[in-house]
Amino acid sequence: MELSFQTVMSQVMLGLNNGVFYAILSLGLAVIFGLLNIVNFVHGALYMLGAYVALLGYTMLGPLIGKPDFHLNYWAALIVAPLVVGLLGIGVERAMLRRLRKFDHLYGLLLTFGLALIIQGVFTNYFNVSGDAYDAKPEALEGAVNLGFMLFPKYRLWVIVISLLVCFGTWFVIERTKLGSYLRAGTENPELVKAFGVNVPLMITLTYGYGVALAAFAGVLAAPIYSVSPVMGSEMIITVFAVVVIGGMGSIMGSIITGLLLGMVEGFTKVVYAPASSTVIFLIMVVVLLVKPTGLFGRES
Amino acid sequence: MKHLFSNAALLAAALATTSGMAVAPNEKISDGVVKIGVLTDMSGLYSTLGGKGTQVAVEMAVKDFGGTVLGKPIQVIGADHQNKADIASATAREWFDNEKVDMITGLLNSGCALAVQKVAGDKKRITMNTGAASTELTNKASTPYSIHYVYDTYALGKVTGQAVVQTGGKTWFFITADYAFGQSLEQNTTNFVNKLGGKVVGSVRHPLSTADFSSYLLQAQSSGAQIIGLANAGGDTINAIKQAREFGIGQKGQKLVGLLIFDTDIKSLGLNVAQGMQFTSGFYWDRDDATRAWSKRFFDIHKAMPTMDQAGAYSAAMNYLKAIKAAGTDDPDAVMAKLKSMDISDFFAVRGKIRIDGRMVHDMYLMEVKKPSESKGEWDLLKIIKTVPGDEAFMPLSESTSPLVKK
Repeated sequence: MELSFQTVMSQVMLGLNNGVFYAILSLGLAVIFGLLNIVNFVHGALYMLGAYVALLGYTMLGPLIGKPDFHLNYWAALIVAPLVVGLLGIGVERAMLRRLRKFDHLYGLLLTFGLALIIQGVFTNYFNVSGDAYDAKPEALEGAVNLGFMLFPKYRLWVIVISLLVCFGTWFVIERTKLGSYLRAGTENPELVKAFGVNVPLMITLTYGYGVALAAFAGVLAAPIYSVSPVMGSEMIITVFAVVVIGGMGSIMGSIITGLLLGMVEGFTKVVYAPASSTVIFLIMVVVLLVKPTGLFGRES
Repeated sequence: MKHLFSNAALLAAALATTSGMAVAPNEKISDGVVKIGVLTDMSGLYSTLGGKGTQVAVEMAVKDFGGTVLGKPIQVIGADHQNKADIASATAREWFDNEKVDMITGLLNSGCALAVQKVAGDKKRITMNTGAASTELTNKASTPYSIHYVYDTYALGKVTGQAVVQTGGKTWFFITADYAFGQSLEQNTTNFVNKLGGKVVGSVRHPLSTADFSSYLLQAQSSGAQIIGLANAGGDTINAIKQAREFGIGQKGQKLVGLLIFDTDIKSLGLNVAQGMQFTSGFYWDRDDATRAWSKRFFDIHKAMPTMDQAGAYSAAMNYLKAIKAAGTDDPDAVMAKLKSMDISDFFAVRGKIRIDGRMVHDMYLMEVKKPSESKGEWDLLKIIKTVPGDEAFMPLSESTSPLVKK
């Protein structure tokens, strides 16, 4: 296949489309790892859960509450799903993760990995493994936009724009505001921050809740593009962890930029040699680990 | 010690009695029951075109046959292989060993079908495959107990490939499901395209059950080929066609050709999207009075018109039971001998005959999706534009690599 401008640009554009999902998921992981020191392996399952809240809200909620004509629409799902999953995350943090804070990372990792397997197992039992279509894409986002080199579906464009806004908004709050400085200080030295009258445990709980709400938000964004399936999270999470490792654990901006870049690298690889596209991220991970083990944006600790 | 020995002796005696019962030479029906297993995709991307509907069809056949054969009851069981070959072969083994299953039908997904056919061959039990498409099933992988009933990738590639190349579609790019079926379909179609002077300029493989086809479609678009051949099926084909529209592919100059399409796919896509598409099928519900009558009965139970897989499963089960009756036993060798010697003729199969390699040869049809203005009802989706006699549609025995074909 020839490397025409059009071919490269359209694949890179699709890569960016995948990249925003990597970015938003690895951002959540970075926030959680940076502030809670937890490797949140349940992230993929919560992304899947977000998509299912949207799907079931659209198809099953109405009959369940006795109003068969009621459908939770897409815009509502974008708010409801992160709230539901965020609350669930807060429950998990309060009930389980909190107890592991004084132990090694490994325990948190094992716990969240176990949770991921349980959630995925339950959903595999009740839902179609190969996925159900989410048909509630809003009317306003139907159709395509001509970008000059390709027709790009409006919905995908919307996903890119809103994801970038959410990513950079989160970065701004954590790195540039007073609230963010409390958060960062709370992880450095919780005792000292408590002495200033800040409720550190509450702050940590809410941060975890926000991190997993991001995953659910991504899940709703993904639902109309990909079909909603119990394994959508586990397929995604491996790549996202590679992104986090490449970007550097805990670096907020690092995870966003790495996510976007790697999505585009994947897209570009599809033009050059398509079968390598699923492995290129892991090759990069190996090289980065060899050359700069803390990741591209990681700081030496 | 003595105690242990006597226990062992008792066990041996017990085993001898039970196994002796199973092979009693005078018994016409083994285990006192004829059991048909429907093993197929019941929940995944192929479940709409096969799935529960296939089991419904087999149950209809049993009921129409009278519920008993040679005085013994006929039972039907179903299971979901989840498109996983290991689950498929483990279920088949369990059915043959412990569930007294005599014949397995359905078997969508060539990967699963090949695995089950191997197990059945080893255990000398019959498979009547209505769902899977790979020509491998009647070639290297064929056994004295395997029947491939409805269609295969050779017939699909030949009938559709010829129709497209003859109307000017000379250059092809394939988007192929990366497993036994997709590869077989791509290979078979490529052969016919080449034979007729066409050219394949490239192909890309995607995993089974892919949600996002956008990057494959863009590769196909930039290949510049006139025809984008979809060598996949069910949910994959539906996704690919829908997304092609989203990206404006297949509208100017290029044309999408689905190499395996089922009525249910068209139903899901809608006539607006699918109109004008041509493909090959082994059955259409609205062909004549007999197909309409049967399909109407099927519709009343299943609430959807039958696909060729589902209609084929009825015909397979019915002819299997007829063969048992004619042979006077459900012994697999005797039943296979009968099946291969009798004429298969019913609403489903026109001029049907099961060959030595297990291929059921019958008329195939080149179909075209109607325009919305031509459609007079919810399921009035297709028209038959050409009937291709079985001998022309299917691979001739002279090309076969089946160990059953003596050359």
